[in-house]
Parts: sequence; C-alpha cells; structure tokens
Amino acid sequence: MKDIFKLLEEDARRTPEQLAVLAGLSVGEVVSIIKKAESEGVIVGYKALVNWDNVPGEEGQVWALIEVKVVPQRGVGFDGIAERISRFTEVDSLYLVSGQFDLAVIVIGKSFNEVGAFVSNKLATMEGVQGTNTHYLLKRYKDDGLWLFKGDESQRLPVSP
Amino acid sequence: MQTGHIAKSGRNRSLISQRVRGVSPSGIRKFFDILASMEGVISLGVGEPDFVTPWNIREAAISSVEKGYTHYTSNYGLLELREEVARYLKRLYGVEYDPKTEILITVGVSEGLDLAMRALVDPGDEVLIPDPSYVAYSPLATLAGAAVVPVPTTLENNFKLMPHDLESKISGRSKAIIMGYPCNPTGAVMSRDELQKVADLALEHGLIIASDEIYARLVYGIEHTCVASLPGMRDSTVLLGGFSKAFAMTGWRIGYAAATEEIIEAMMKVHQYTLMCAPITGQMAALEALRSKDALVDEMLEEYDRRRKVIVRGLNEMGLTCFEPQGAFYAFPSIKITGLTSDEFAQQLLEEEKVAVVAGSAFGQYGEGHVRCCYATSMSDLQEAVERIGRFVKRHKV
Ligand SMILES: Cc1ncc(COP(=O)(O)O)c(C=O)c1O
Repeated sequence: MKDIFKLLEEDARRTPEQLAVLAGLSVGEVVSIIKKAESEGVIVGYKALVNWDNVPGEEGQVWALIEVKVVPQRGVGFDGIAERISRFTEVDSLYLVSGQFDLAVIVIGKSFNEVGAFVSNKLATMEGVQGTNTHYLLKRYKDDGLWLFKGDESQRLPVSP
Repeated sequence: MQTGHIAKSGRNRSLISQRVRGVSPSGIRKFFDILASMEGVISLGVGEPDFVTPWNIREAAISSVEKGYTHYTSNYGLLELREEVARYLKRLYGVEYDPKTEILITVGVSEGLDLAMRALVDPGDEVLIPDPSYVAYSPLATLAGAAVVPVPTTLENNFKLMPHDLESKISGRSKAIIMGYPCNPTGAVMSRDELQKVADLALEHGLIIASDEIYARLVYGIEHTCVASLPGMRDSTVLLGGFSKAFAMTGWRIGYAAATEEIIEAMMKVHQYTLMCAPITGQMAALEALRSKDALVDEMLEEYDRRRKVIVRGLNEMGLTCFEPQGAFYAFPSIKITGLTSDEFAQQLLEEEKVAVVAGSAFGQYGEGHVRCCYATSMSDLQEAVERIGRFVKRHKV
C-alpha cells in the first residue's frame, strides 16, 4: 500500500497497470487501494507542477510568504482562524508554525498590487489577526522536492564493462 | 620498415610483450566505437549507475578541496577511511579487520583485483574463474602470470557456481578463485549455504578466494553473504569492495581490499610503487559515503528494483527466457529463440532498433547464447527499450 502512495507521489500519471508491475500487485488490488485512499483523504489530489516562470507572458507571478500573528480562539485554538484564512483562493499554502509568529501563509498573485491589496484589505483586517509581515519571494529554486534549475546531467559513456 | 618489431634486433622480437599480447582486446571496446557514431540509441550496455553521486558526498569532496586536502595520503589510504571501512564491514557482515594492517584503500576494485593477483600467483599457478564473469578477472590473472581455468556456470543453475563443477577443475596447481556475487553480467547471487560449499572446497584445497563484493549492497529480497564471514574463511579470503556501484561513485576510483596482514602487506608493496595512494579527493568522498545514512543507498536500490521488475517481465513476455536476477543491475536473458549468436544479436539489435546490449560472449565462452541488459537507466528509456527489443525478437524468432 505504502509502495503505491510513494510511486504516485513521484509520478501521479502512472497507470494502474504500471503500478501493478512495480509494486508486484494485481491491477484490481491497485485500483481498490487507490479508491480507498481517495475516499479516506490519504490521496487528496493530483496535479502537475508548473514552473510559471518558464511560461511566456506569465513570468510576472508574485509569490509572498506572510508571517501572521493571531490570537487563538477559545475552543478552536488556531484552527478557526487558520481555516478561515485558508479559504481565500489567493492563499496557496498555510502552516501553523512555532516561533515569533503563528501562521506562515504563502500567497500567489498576478502583481505586487494584487498581493498587497489582499494583505491589507483581507488578511490584516481580519478579526483575531494581530499583525502581518510580508516577504516577497524573489526566485524559486526548489519546489515540492523538485529543482527549478538545471540539475545534474549524466556524462555516462554508452557502453562500459 | 617493419612496424611492431624492433628493426635492428637480431631476433625477430616483438615490440609488445608476450604477456600483453596474450590478453585479447575487450569486445566491448569495438562495440563502443560503432555506438559513438549513432544517434537516438537507448543503451542498456552500461556497467554503471545512471545516478550522479549523491549530493552530500559531492559536497564533502568539494569542501575537502577547499580546506586544502590535496596531498598524498598514507600508502594504505587515510586511516580515518580505513577505520570507517572496518566499522562498515563489521556492522553489515560481522567480519572484523584491523584498520591499521588489514585494510588497503585501492583505486577501485579494479586495482584491488590486480594487486591480489600479483601478490598471490606465480607463473604456472592456476586461477579458477566462473564463466561468464566480469571482463577483468581473466586478463588480470593472465597478466600476473597465472593460467586461467574457467568454471562453467549455466542458466539451469541460475548461473551459480556449483561445487561439483568447481571441484572437477581443481588441480595440484590451483592457487586461487576469483569470483563475484552478486554477479556482473548475470545478476546471480549465491546464498550462504551455497557459498559455504564453495568455501569448503577452497579450505580443503588451500585456495584463496578473491571475492569481488562490489555489488554487495545491491541485492533484492535476499541477504548478501560476505565470503569472509563464512567459518574459517576470513584468512583465506581477499575481500574486495568498492564505492562505484552502490554509492554511484564510478568516476571517483575508490575501493578497498581487506585480508590478513600478510596478504595486505604484499598487496601494499605493489600498490605503493605503482599508485602511491588512491586519490585523496575520492577518499574524502568515500569517507562521507560511509558516514551517510543507509537510506542513501536504499533509495537507489528501491528504484533499481522497480526497473528490474519491468525488464525481467518484459524480456520473459517476449520469449527471451530470463531467470530472476537477485543482485547488481543486470538481466541476462537467453537469446536462443532467435538462433543468433550473442554478437550477431547485439550487432543487429543496434542496427535495426538502436538498442545497445552487450553480447554474453564478452564475459566468457559460457556467456554465449545470452546478452547482458543493464537496467540502471531511466524507466521511460527502459520501457521504450523493451518495446524495441520485442519488435526485434518477433522479426527474428525461428
Ligand atoms: C563485478 C565488477 N567488479 C569490479 C568492477 C570495477 O569496479 P571499480 O570501479 O571499483 O574499479 C566492476 C565495474 O563494472 C564490476 O562490475
């Protein structure tokens, strides 16, 4: 079961037939493991990792990491406010963290203005939010375990003993 | 003017020594030249990982250069590295060696094999070598002056060295056995019990086993048995290990030999005059390799295992009978159904479908009838290669 998740995490396009060979299971077993995992929230989605910097006309995407200090609420702690913030489509990722601030929020926008407006109009003014500190990301080097720069090139000879 | 001969010599003496002339050129070399001129080839002809050396190892080497580690080391190699090798061998295989006197850092297992032969054999001594085997075993024994005695291994026995086959080749002049399991080219692995029978014969006849365990970490669903860990064998084994395969470090040229002080001292004598020491940057990299978490190798192993399943299944489905290789990264299918020799098969497959494999005959006469397919290549190339070989086999089936 773990094999299947790992194989899909590496490449979600692998077909049940390919997965069956790689994991030494039958196609039927693979299909039922995946179905179950999808319904139980183990596999939450499948998507391509796009490097927008390399898409002509879309290079201007703006990413920001925003530190947010919040007041935890009685009964729900940080979950209430974290989930409310998460619902904005501008928010790409959100984490509760230890240290000087509470939530690390990654926001993606089309321009500095758009991100700025989201922070000042929506995020900073929310009840329970005590303060924000915005860091614009200047360049992405590695995302989700994948390098966005040219990695290793094998210089192997085609035939060796 | 005669070329290749010393003109003024009274006798018609050859320029090149008899010893070197006695070694046939590598069949792989010729193939390489043809390949180099072609485009779009998928090569299953390699003998090394497709992975680049893991980053932590490369980083450690870079930083050692920055810090000024640019000098000769002890002839034996860095003591720190020998200590780490000793710990590693004890932890993984339960064999103990004194890092000060019983371990020598070599320029790959290649040099270790050469030193072992030069240290152990006299002209006329016989060295037993399973056939098919890694291409260097027989030439190195020959260069050291030994007479090579091939011991056939066959598909029926999953290419394991059978005790009765070995025994039938042992004579009063037998001195050593060179063998390596997991095996290049067959992927065969021998179990502890099977190796014990070979060891018993070695002990009975006073033979040294030069055991090339370079693929020790690359085994699938079976445990590697270190020959030196068998009862009584520690002092009759020259254990040769390396970093090239498991750590994807072929270009760094580092290996090690472990044996009794007497043998290591003799090997060191040759090593100190020919190599002085193994390259220091490679030694620093190897040190980091041994200090890495096991997951570093295990992750690559897991990936090889997936590819192994894909190619073994693919080959069997198209009718190229292939026993399940339990180690290294080679499949060694029989090409009998095509009626071609292994040379013809490799040649024509390359011309017609642009897939490179190595003819089994390159590894000894008993490799004939097989080809070696290395699956240390990307999954997509592997799948494409299986498709192309399938088309080829369909056309050539007799
Ligand atoms: C069985 C075997 N032994 C030894 C070697 C050479 O290893 P090294 O790079 O340590 O010299 C190889 C490389 O292909 C091999 O396959």
